[in-house]
Amino acid sequence: MPVNPADNDPERARRFRDAALPHLDDVYTLARYLLRDATEAEDAVQECFLRALKHFDSYRGPAIKPWLFAILRNVCRAEFARRANSPTSAIDEMPDSAEQMPLWHEAQETPETQMLQRRDATAIRRLVTALAEPFQETFVLREIHNLSYREIADIVEAPVGTVMSRLARARALLRSAWLAEQEQPK
Amino acid sequence: MTCDEAEILLHALIDGELDAGHAREVEEHIASCPRCAAQLRAYREMSKAVAGADLRYAAPPELRRRIEASLPQTRMPNRRAVLRGFAMGSAASAIAATGLVAVILRSDDEQRIQSEVVSAHLRSLQAGHLTDVLSTDQHTVKPWFNGKLDVAPPVVDLTAQGFTLIGGRLDYVDTRPIGAIVYRRRSHVINLFVAQTASTERRAAKIEALQGFNIRRWSERGLNYWAVSDLAADELAEFGEKFEGAMRSGA
Repeated sequence: MPVNPADNDPERARRFRDAALPHLDDVYTLARYLLRDATEAEDAVQECFLRALKHFDSYRGPAIKPWLFAILRNVCRAEFARRANSPTSAIDEMPDSAEQMPLWHEAQETPETQMLQRRDATAIRRLVTALAEPFQETFVLREIHNLSYREIADIVEAPVGTVMSRLARARALLRSAWLAEQEQPK
Repeated sequence: MTCDEAEILLHALIDGELDAGHAREVEEHIASCPRCAAQLRAYREMSKAVAGADLRYAAPPELRRRIEASLPQTRMPNRRAVLRGFAMGSAASAIAATGLVAVILRSDDEQRIQSEVVSAHLRSLQAGHLTDVLSTDQHTVKPWFNGKLDVAPPVVDLTAQGFTLIGGRLDYVDTRPIGAIVYRRRSHVINLFVAQTASTERRAAKIEALQGFNIRRWSERGLNYWAVSDLAADELAEFGEKFEGAMRSGA
């Protein structure tokens, strides 16, 4: 693979390291949710940082985290393409009908007054991991990484309105799954 | 405003993404619609539960090391700098063994120390001299080192985490006395060696293999650690993480 001569510039590498490495845990977290696999997440994160270094000159700020997330997402899409015969895990490969189903289909059957039982982080992680794409991705960017709707829209390359409806649906799905699990343990 | 609109917009309200005008519209609708009001409460409750849980993952130290290693080096590490307390972070490795040994590092060569630590581990297994003080009680092992070393090696009881404290031992690495704290997992012995360092900078753990042993090495609070063992790398990493975790919560 041709090496960009700038990649070997130590000063540039230092700036990149200072800017990007503090976000390693965040990038890894997103990779873990998107890929649902620890080893593949590691490989994707490493590839993400390699690509980020390569394109560091085109980064214009201000926030580097969403920029890293967008790169990671592209890496993951390549991984999904490789996994082509496991369609359930592919971002943006949900049939359109999934997004267009009535939003409150599940929630309307669930008493809104029902309290959620407290769950530990491991249990919540599992519920979040089980969310279908593209809802999970939007949920993770919003609830775990605290990005704004605008930032999420830029990362997932969708209008803000789409982000909003995906998030609403993600929360409805999560709440349904949460309630279903507490009614029927295991 | 209809319920259908409100059902989407109430999320933007929760997230503070609505301008004042739209926020007022949603609030007016909710004030007159018990079902939407119940939904808003339900999703606020869930957001709180989600925000209160730590749903992040920590990147494995090995991944951090791989990425750091893939970046062009800002400075070329020289051997002398490497010796001074892993501050350069280039040659570190961790040694897991059932013993913790404290080493005073001066101008020693990192690789040589590492190999000496492995030798010390081997000696401890071969000579029937695994421990000088045999005790599963950290309050017995820790005071035993008093007066024998320049540093007080931290002794942590990890029995509940699956690593049984066996005792402590005085060993020699680089012709200096060091403390080794000895742990056992199943039939595997872990020697943990501790050395004083001038740097108080925390260095993330690295795992290396040497002569068929795994070594996990890290630095924290002015001490360098090598854990040496024939345990698999992932179990040795687990040991190191449990030890570091216990140090942080106990200090």
